[in-house]
Amino acid sequence: MTDYRTPAAKVRGLGASGHASKHWISHRVTAIALFFLAPVFVYMLAMSGAPDPAAARAFFASPMGAIITLLTLTAGLAHMRSGMLEVIEDYIHKPFTKTVLVLANSFFTIGLWLVTAFALLKLAL
Amino acid sequence: MASDWSDPRPMSPHLQVWRWHATMASSILHRATGIANYFGAAAIAIWVILLAFGAEGSIAFLFEGPMAWVTRFALIGLTYAISYHWLNGLRHLVWDFGKGYDPKGSNLRSILIMIGAVIPTALLWLNLGA
Repeated sequence: MTDYRTPAAKVRGLGASGHASKHWISHRVTAIALFFLAPVFVYMLAMSGAPDPAAARAFFASPMGAIITLLTLTAGLAHMRSGMLEVIEDYIHKPFTKTVLVLANSFFTIGLWLVTAFALLKLAL
Repeated sequence: MASDWSDPRPMSPHLQVWRWHATMASSILHRATGIANYFGAAAIAIWVILLAFGAEGSIAFLFEGPMAWVTRFALIGLTYAISYHWLNGLRHLVWDFGKGYDPKGSNLRSILIMIGAVIPTALLWLNLGA
């Protein structure tokens, strides 16, 4: 087989996972978002009277409660997805097992994000 | 999987050949708390879903009798995990700027962060208890 591409050209832009620096950067971007959001959300939830159902419902139904929770949820699940992806890629080397876990991680975090966002809107609207 | 390792090149030193030091412990703890936060945040999200559909009665047992203490202990642990991951994550962002790599200072900050994460945890839970 004739292949004129140099070994460097074949791997340029590819990290261990084949996604270049996109994974690295998006993990930092979500980390910076959570630097601001996580303390606000944790403090507001802790002061809301949760886990009492009525107090928790009132918190998630309030505009500030719903907005901060939605923002934290979105940044949090994106950060969780890319963090767990890194853990899977570091420790699981069998291609099939790795693929199954990477898919499960994506489906779980994206699915949980959408269903929880729907639940929050249902509580708030 | 050492059994099917066929690469003749020397392997990178791993956990069992390193002498334990604070920065190493804090790095491992960062990953461990990240995994703990993953499941903790998922549990809170599922609780929000149950609340929205009026199904929170199915997990009411978590807040009753002796089980309430198990739940409380887990939530205190989660608060520490979030606090630690937040503080150490901030250090990771500083590292990304190429600052804070001196071994002595790094070890010191590792210990400060491990202890420091107790402060927000204690403040939140002591206030809740009052």
